[in-house]
Amino acid sequence: MDKFFLTISLILSFLALISLYRAIFGPTVVDRVIGVGVVGTKTLIILLLIGFLYKRMDMFVDISLVYAILNFIAVLIFAKYFVRKGVL
Amino acid sequence: MSLEMISNSIVMVFISVGVFFLAAGTIGFLRFPDFYTRMHATGKCDTLGIFLSCTGIALYTLQDGLSLANILVSLKIMFIAVFWSLGGPTATHALLKSAFKAGILPWTKDGKAVIEWPPK
Repeated sequence: MDKFFLTISLILSFLALISLYRAIFGPTVVDRVIGVGVVGTKTLIILLLIGFLYKRMDMFVDISLVYAILNFIAVLIFAKYFVRKGVL
Repeated sequence: MSLEMISNSIVMVFISVGVFFLAAGTIGFLRFPDFYTRMHATGKCDTLGIFLSCTGIALYTLQDGLSLANILVSLKIMFIAVFWSLGGPTATHALLKSAFKAGILPWTKDGKAVIEWPPK
């Protein structure tokens, strides 16, 4: 089962890597914001799987929870900023 | 076929389907032509992908034995899934609305705007 989790983590890391393309070369600023958000959602699952690999699930689940909340708040704050200032 | 083998395969199916949805969302995010369609791809697939993956991980946590600590950890994982099912669409909606107000036009085939700009 450890091998399965490692494979899934590698696939998710590859997906996060190719979504960095939009975060770097995105045509508008909003594309970059949502690119960072997509990387964040992949990282959430990767953190839980790393918890299995290190056999410390009770610790890594808290890190993953905090990561989810931070990701949510970051996107909301960006949305509020763009309404007030217009897209750069 | 032992009981552990059956539950392991259920966990594998859940996580694999979740990762399939995450991959579909990422491919749509890279390939679609404009910002609104990209948000459509990521906002839907990420929600379902995270929910299925977290369900699989929570089921695998319960396999070590039904102690109080394991149940608490798997409840926390399901809380992450429920939180992201509520929070992901909210964040998507807020960002999309602000981008619309900030003046990004939706993509059309001939490049002309279908709607009046600025919207009333």
